[in-house]
Amino acid sequence: MKDLDRRSFLRIAGASLGVGALYRVAPALAAPGAGADTARRLARKNGEAVRPFTFVQLSDTHVGSGPPANPNGTAAFERAVETVNRLPEKPDLILFTGDLTHDSEDRGEAAKRMQRFQEIAGRLGIRTRRMVPGEHDAGLDGGALFRDVFGETHYSFDHRGVHFVALDNVSRAKPEVGPEQIAWLRKDLARFPATAPMVVFTHRPLFDLKPEWEWFTSDGDEVMKVLSPFENVTVLYGHIHRENVHEEGNAHHYGARSLAWAFGDPAQSDDKKTIPFDPAHPYQNLGMCVVRAGPGRRPTAATVRPEEVELTMAEHSGTEGFAQLLKPSSL
Amino acid sequence: MHRVPRADHTLALLALLALASPAAPRAAEPRVVEIVAKRFQFTPAQVTLKKDEPVILRLRSEDVIHGFYMKKLGIDATIEPGKSVDVPLTPHQAGKFITICDHFCGVGHGNMKMTLIVE
Repeated sequence: MKDLDRRSFLRIAGASLGVGALYRVAPALAAPGAGADTARRLARKNGEAVRPFTFVQLSDTHVGSGPPANPNGTAAFERAVETVNRLPEKPDLILFTGDLTHDSEDRGEAAKRMQRFQEIAGRLGIRTRRMVPGEHDAGLDGGALFRDVFGETHYSFDHRGVHFVALDNVSRAKPEVGPEQIAWLRKDLARFPATAPMVVFTHRPLFDLKPEWEWFTSDGDEVMKVLSPFENVTVLYGHIHRENVHEEGNAHHYGARSLAWAFGDPAQSDDKKTIPFDPAHPYQNLGMCVVRAGPGRRPTAATVRPEEVELTMAEHSGTEGFAQLLKPSSL
Repeated sequence: MHRVPRADHTLALLALLALASPAAPRAAEPRVVEIVAKRFQFTPAQVTLKKDEPVILRLRSEDVIHGFYMKKLGIDATIEPGKSVDVPLTPHQAGKFITICDHFCGVGHGNMKMTLIVE
């Protein structure tokens, strides 16, 4: 049983539509026979079987932002909502990984932006929507207004056998989670066995992606240490306005593109610059990336192979990239 | 005959020795480098330091709370308006170190930075 336990249980096949990331969660050992038996035993151990479902990550909508970085305002966010609503496989839930709004020092204006965000998000045909703040939502007031409008900035919930954890690494103004939240996390995870699949969603990366651009969380190592006993940990984050895939230990970290503007490649330059808006290609930072998981080389790992597919939002239906998304999972 | 107590002998000897030997040189005070933070920049924008030379970075804010962070040099300070904070630093590696404000201070926060050059 120990060897079977150590096999990858949770595989994630996902497609980033550029406007967000669609994840399909499926138990790896869903085949009949030995696979099903193992899945049953793991389900008993974990308390609930992982039943297949999809969910979407949207990030950095920056409602209230404008030119020069974002002359398009909320247009990309609104198109994303339409795209998600047209998906043939309806997602169970939507996660927003922060910077829902662009900050304003006028509390009234900041509240208006949050209401506008709610109005657009409310058009999503999926009721279950969970948010974490970004520094633009919560950095100036410690998250007070965010909590009034959206609720708690850190929390957890279970869905179909997967444990979701929302972490706040922005409300303390510095890029950190803080000792109280880490203590809460430790307590929150205590009831789960090592095989339980975890999805952590937060705003800033939990590793040192590019500290000079403030793409880090100073106590991210401590957070990952608390998560280290778990075999299947996926971290979803925003903040960087570009896709990124990073594997470290037991965890896979996925950065999501923004719905407002993109930043340049940190490997290419020391200067953090916005990719200029091109009215001829208003969504050019919104290409498509299909992320599939396959059998891992190591028993405890899932292999992820991202495939970039050039698409714009206007062309998404009927293209090869979208057909890839519609293919049944090979997991 | 009045006998001088032994302690007084010792003190007298010490006094003579102090007068006779040259004054020991005092350790030089570290150089102070003043850095001002104000939304959304640091002034000066670039400071050059010498490798292995101790300095004190004297930070102050002219408006709101700012951060001052550079992991490789072990710098992690918070600058509150109205009071300066001294960051002692002895850089042991040469290079260019981009030091950022890591305390969210408003819409231009993301690009608030300065460069410490160590030669």
